[in-house]
Amino acid sequence: MPGPLADQTGCMKHKTFFWFILPTSLAMLLFIALPIVSVVMQSMYAPHEQVIVEVESCDIFGCKKSTMVDQDATREIREAEPLGRFVGTEIYTNRNHLATTEIGLAWQQATGFSEFVSALMNLPFYRALAFTLTFTFVVTPLVLILGFMIAVAVNSIPAPLRGPTIFLSLLPMIINTLVGSLILFWMVDARGIVGTLLQTLVGDPNLSMKASTPLTWVMLIVYGVWHAAPFAFVVYYAGLQTVPKDTLESAMMDGASRWEQIRYVIIPHLLPLTTFIALMQLMDNFRVFEPILSFNASAHATSLSYFIYDDLGGETRLLSSAAATSVLTIIGVAILLTPVLIRTWRDFGRK
Amino acid sequence: MNNVSDRRSPVLKLFLWSFLILWLILAAFPFFWTFWGSFKVEGDFFSKADWTWALFGHLTQAETGGAFTGDGYHGAWVQEEFWRAAINTFVVVFFTVAISLTIGTLAGYALSRSTYNYAFWLLILALIFRAMPPITLVSGYLLPFYQWNLWGHLPTAIVVLVAINQPFTLWMLTSFFRNIPKDLDESAMVDGCTHFQAFRHVIIPVMWPGVITTGLFSLLLAYNDFVVTAMILSQDNQTMVPKIASFLGTTQTKGNVMFAVASVVSVTAPLFVLVMFFQRQIVSGLTAGAVKG
Repeated sequence: MPGPLADQTGCMKHKTFFWFILPTSLAMLLFIALPIVSVVMQSMYAPHEQVIVEVESCDIFGCKKSTMVDQDATREIREAEPLGRFVGTEIYTNRNHLATTEIGLAWQQATGFSEFVSALMNLPFYRALAFTLTFTFVVTPLVLILGFMIAVAVNSIPAPLRGPTIFLSLLPMIINTLVGSLILFWMVDARGIVGTLLQTLVGDPNLSMKASTPLTWVMLIVYGVWHAAPFAFVVYYAGLQTVPKDTLESAMMDGASRWEQIRYVIIPHLLPLTTFIALMQLMDNFRVFEPILSFNASAHATSLSYFIYDDLGGETRLLSSAAATSVLTIIGVAILLTPVLIRTWRDFGRK
Repeated sequence: MNNVSDRRSPVLKLFLWSFLILWLILAAFPFFWTFWGSFKVEGDFFSKADWTWALFGHLTQAETGGAFTGDGYHGAWVQEEFWRAAINTFVVVFFTVAISLTIGTLAGYALSRSTYNYAFWLLILALIFRAMPPITLVSGYLLPFYQWNLWGHLPTAIVVLVAINQPFTLWMLTSFFRNIPKDLDESAMVDGCTHFQAFRHVIIPVMWPGVITTGLFSLLLAYNDFVVTAMILSQDNQTMVPKIASFLGTTQTKGNVMFAVASVVSVTAPLFVLVMFFQRQIVSGLTAGAVKG
């Protein structure tokens, strides 16, 4: 904590600090903070409906009334209020989002819990949420375990071999998610090498990973682990280099087995790193979406991010729907981060 | 460490080695397979009849007269004008990295030297921003960008990418600057320099290792970005990754999936070279945040 002396020399003055930090803060304010405000706003407005006018056309047989779209008036009102008309929380509760009415109905009609769940899985938002959460909470622990195993294995091979091993291990992480999942997708294609291999192993020449929901989920999760394991590996590997040697040696003197060394010396030493990797992985896995696009898997699995992408990318860009999903996603991220923030807050208070 | 490994039982050693070899095959084989296959015709790369065709190019020989063909590359780069996307990617990546690092070093330096509470909370805020899925932000950009005619242009994408990369850049650079002893700039300031002069004359000459490492990660983030560039750039300004995604839509109907395969290899090749040269920096960068933060 700064003392009065530190203020004079070492510590940066408020004004200097302000100028140093200004460009970054401006960039983050304009392109991260304001867009969040903007999606919240947008999510409460629905697109204008077309202006319908009633025209009366009279001829010698009498007058007829007909309705038609007033193109000019529609364009005018859309230009005047580009956000659309205010609808409050209507978009949040509609069928494509929280679907409150549909859920209430399903709850009343369902005879059992499983029936209720299957009704829930027919609603797009809950389908996306289910996959996103499954992906996040299955991939993250698997990445930790696999990364740790690779780190231990690499740490035990002769030093000259480690460089090339690390090089090859980094590859799945360093490439773009879309490209990486495409590479895997082409291999597990029914005509690709892994796809053909699996068909031979199972003995079913018509086996296709793309055709079944469980297999698609497995494929996406395998991809997620493949992609992220190198990150955990590198962090753990660096952590292993700093394991205190004397603790390890004294454990060995006391006759600790290999497993006991790992259990009582190495794992406690790596615990802070585990928290770090888990936090990063939770954030990254929660935004999963490129693999779904590459694997062309949207029929069997969608994620929150994919749902937003799909709304934004269509012929008619559904800005309001995408905005509502975005807000719900941001709330999800906030819930995910809460434990971390509470802990930081407490640590900070203790200081 | 030697006596440790000597004590291991041969069974354990065998297990570790086979596990490691299995992992390396899983990690690297897909890349070599796709690279090799990109010089074949579609019937070989996706062969229902016999998987060895992909290795020896049975149909490639029949169709083109040689075991290897550059048709996929020709189709992607010349016919579908992938070179245009490559230039766009280069422009976007270059400016994103340059601007990110310039404003990031200033802020990172200030954050590492300030001991006030707000510096700490600014870093926490950056962490929260880092957690925002980019697509949620993109859905906030679209309407304002349409309204102000900013949509579709390369500079817009660059500015957005810079902003999205800032939280990460800040964390990394702050942790690097903390490793540069405070005495350095303090002694310069005792000699009468202002903080900015101290930064320019004393810190800039010694900050390059950290800046290069951070730059590598900014480069990877910008180069690998799909969400922002796919949503914000118009068709003419498309970068490589969204271009590949658009190949998937158009080429699968034409039966030219090999264009996509060739362009995937083209996108991956520069990254290979990058990792080869900068492996040490990438490893140290990945761990910098973990070990210190």
